[in-house]
Amino acid sequence: MPTIKELRQRFLAPLDPTLFNTCLILTALGLIVQYSASGSDMVKVLSQVRNLGLAFAAMWVMAVTPPHKIERVVFPIYVVALVALVAVALFGEVSHGARRWLHLGPLRLQPSELMKIALPLALAGYFEWRGKSINWRDFVVAALLLLIPVALVIRQPDLGTALLIASSGFYVLYFAGLSWKVMGGLLAAGLASLPLVWHLLHDYQRKRILTLLDPTQDPLGAGYHTLQSMIALGSGGLFGKGWLQGTQSHLDFLPEHTTDFVFAVFGEEFGLLGELVFLVAMLVIITRGFFIANEGSTPFARLVAGALSMTLFTYTFVNMGMVSGILPVVGVPLPFLSYGGTSLVTLFISIGILMSVHHHRKLVKQ
Amino acid sequence: MQHFLRNPKQERWEFQLRLKALWVLIITLCLLLLARLVWLQIISHSYYHTLAEANRISIVPIVPNRGLILDRKGTVLAENNYTYDLEINPARNRNLDQLIDQLADLVTITSSDRKLFRKALDETHGLSPVPIRNRLSETEIARFAVNHYRFPGVDIQARLIRNYPLGASASHLIGYIGRINEADQERLDDAGMADEYRGTNHIGKLGIEGHYEHELHGITGSEQVETDASGRGVRSLSRIDPIAGNDLFLTIDAGLQQAAEKAFGDHRGALVAIDPGTGDVLALVSEPGFDPNLFVEGIDQDNWNALNNSPDKPLNNRALRGLYPPGSTVKPFMALAALTLGKRTTTYKISDPGYFSFPGSSHRYRDWRAGGHGMVDMHLSIVQSCDTYYYSLANDLGIDAMHDFFTQFGFGQKTGIDIDGEVAGLYPSTEWKRKRFKQDWYGGETVISGIGQGYILTTPLQLAQAVATLANNGVMMKPHLVHEIRDRATGAIKKIPPEIERTLPLKQADIDFVRDAMEDVMKPGGTAAQAGAGAPYLIAGKTGTAQVVGVRQGEKYNESRTAERNRDHAVFIAFAPADKPRIAVAVLVENGGHGGSTAAPIARKVFDYYLLGQGVTPVPDNNAGDDSAHD
Repeated sequence: MPTIKELRQRFLAPLDPTLFNTCLILTALGLIVQYSASGSDMVKVLSQVRNLGLAFAAMWVMAVTPPHKIERVVFPIYVVALVALVAVALFGEVSHGARRWLHLGPLRLQPSELMKIALPLALAGYFEWRGKSINWRDFVVAALLLLIPVALVIRQPDLGTALLIASSGFYVLYFAGLSWKVMGGLLAAGLASLPLVWHLLHDYQRKRILTLLDPTQDPLGAGYHTLQSMIALGSGGLFGKGWLQGTQSHLDFLPEHTTDFVFAVFGEEFGLLGELVFLVAMLVIITRGFFIANEGSTPFARLVAGALSMTLFTYTFVNMGMVSGILPVVGVPLPFLSYGGTSLVTLFISIGILMSVHHHRKLVKQ
Repeated sequence: MQHFLRNPKQERWEFQLRLKALWVLIITLCLLLLARLVWLQIISHSYYHTLAEANRISIVPIVPNRGLILDRKGTVLAENNYTYDLEINPARNRNLDQLIDQLADLVTITSSDRKLFRKALDETHGLSPVPIRNRLSETEIARFAVNHYRFPGVDIQARLIRNYPLGASASHLIGYIGRINEADQERLDDAGMADEYRGTNHIGKLGIEGHYEHELHGITGSEQVETDASGRGVRSLSRIDPIAGNDLFLTIDAGLQQAAEKAFGDHRGALVAIDPGTGDVLALVSEPGFDPNLFVEGIDQDNWNALNNSPDKPLNNRALRGLYPPGSTVKPFMALAALTLGKRTTTYKISDPGYFSFPGSSHRYRDWRAGGHGMVDMHLSIVQSCDTYYYSLANDLGIDAMHDFFTQFGFGQKTGIDIDGEVAGLYPSTEWKRKRFKQDWYGGETVISGIGQGYILTTPLQLAQAVATLANNGVMMKPHLVHEIRDRATGAIKKIPPEIERTLPLKQADIDFVRDAMEDVMKPGGTAAQAGAGAPYLIAGKTGTAQVVGVRQGEKYNESRTAERNRDHAVFIAFAPADKPRIAVAVLVENGGHGGSTAAPIARKVFDYYLLGQGVTPVPDNNAGDDSAHD
């Protein structure tokens, strides 16, 4: 019989202390700000605690699962996610003018969320599978694997999520060694096609971009979110108004203040200093993720760790950029702070995979 | 080319390079973000702090009570009654159609309510609450109150609504208030008054309500309220009370006004009664009138069409804006001009064959009495309204001398009365015709001007002012409608002093002579003898007929054969008591035929009411036909 101490040892061993402790700090920040943002609603906070329990469990399961075992299921998961996306396109529920949700009995799923993590895993799995015979054709195949789900999500329409999925897939291609010349060419082609893209955008998407350039143009319409969140941040100042003292969220001026715009509540109440704490903690996690990627035992492990760390940064940056008014409004939750079960579980699965890569870095022979 | 993934050593080197490159990108982006946050939270902090406070604290305007309008004796002409409206704050409700559908389950909302709401919404640009239903019933108020929690940004608003208790009576002079439209808003913006009208939905549009808007509106108060985003007040922080608008006491006598309106019966027309010594307008009638209460909440299409398309033109203020030839009512002024300018003596006689002709011309300017009046002096020319006398007088005076003389009496000029919309009318001159038509003046045009036909156009108000000036021995008073202004807050009363417009250079003897002749107009043998019969006070008057359709040479005007709307207008000017005038009137009855038979009896009723009190002396029945009372 193992002693309690041994059990504890065995339980904690796969959990990288740096990642784990930083996650705990950020989680605590998240609960504190949720309490304030929800208007001191304990029910909502407890529901987030329940989500956290689920998320930590998922993280632990991922952390103890060796990367080569994860690798075996990445293609099936990708195929399931792709089928789900097609199903959404065919029978999905329309909500707020977009077809994003899929009903499976009692479950209400958003397959595009699943694809956010399934795509980088599948691409990494593909490059691992091709192993030493890899050549430029594999990048074409990988690009196709990337573009199919992205195209499906664009059609929902959900341009923001599609771009995030595309970026998470692109990071795998980047770490797998996509030629700098090709990337340069893509960038140039992208810039050159901007007028065409503008032409293809939906009106609401164009409006969001125009609003970004000058939110005061439409203070009660498209610019309302951005303007109110900028007022929240700006009025918070260096030290913030203090916990539970934010007027913008408490008097209901700030929309989505527990989910996508929670950073505005955080910034209003804790000020620039509070935001710095959050940003530094996020940088610690991402930097740690890069170190873990660097010491990964297989190409799959390295590619996955690199891409997931980078995706984490992307979410953080896009959300903060949107709230502070330098990026258009896209529906992206802020890691650790936003309310919501799916995003929290997805986040901790990513953290768990990073821990797994770290924990199992020496178990597989080179 | 071999890919680096095939070479573990090279792969690790390349992978590390790519990690480092991305890390540099990450740090760069973080610094960018940080710069943005510093800009928002440090550099622009005070700006956003102000905005957050402005978000939190809203200044809610408190609309002042509008001043009352009363007549000179204190009868209320315009008052404020309580009413309850349902208002939607469009800023906090995105799907307005759905919201209105839900509200329609609780209170009655008609399609015209929806239309008015949309219109008001467009005009306010969605920035302030807009009423969806006015005048809620008690039941509706209760039903909504129970369900209020379901509708953030929808509220019941109590407010005072303007009411005109006399209805159509005096509608043209009181005017009405209506919703502030875009044109009003623009005018307020230009005048820098927009802040003063925050929260105010209505503004005076016409008449006293329009002209005295600045007195009636009052001063808007304000309350600092902490609000949530749906605009609902959480608590009050401070308050500045509004100051109610001033009450206006008019010069109008509401009883007299109504008596005059009643005297018109079914006739269309206008009447203006003035106190000659002060310029106080005692009655200002334009018939038919309209119910100003219809306009307060925005008139609906059916009522508007009915008023606007009616051939009777009830919306036209005939007293100020109706232009009519004055006809023979110009004759006393012609006589005065002749005496003043020395072109006639009182005893000079002409022989009237029944027409006037220029030497060597066969064209006849006919007198209204075929065969003529025989030997006619100035006195008789007024009493019997002899046309031939004035044809030849006009020819001797010349149009420019006539123009200058009549202009002194206010012809062709606005009187400057204190409501808007007045028109100037026209008294022609050779210069005017040259400018207007680029043509020379013809002698024949002078001749017909002598009996108030041709180009001359006057408003009933102008005629009233002219006759009042005559009654006041040549001292012209400025006509005005507001007698006193009462400050609501202090109760202080400011009297509006009479204002002398000008004193005409006339000889008293000449005035007395003309007045004497005008008195005889009302006596047996005069053109208005019937209307003057039995009056216990002296009246000085002059009848007139204004041609609507010209009568060709060799043809005779026949009233019974002329379509009703083409019949002559009846005109009458008078003042009483003639020896000590207290009231002067001008009456115009559209298509009324002869001044003596239709217009003069109306003036008589007005005089009786004003000088004797209502119903003291029976008004003579004018149905008894008397051909001598022909103009």
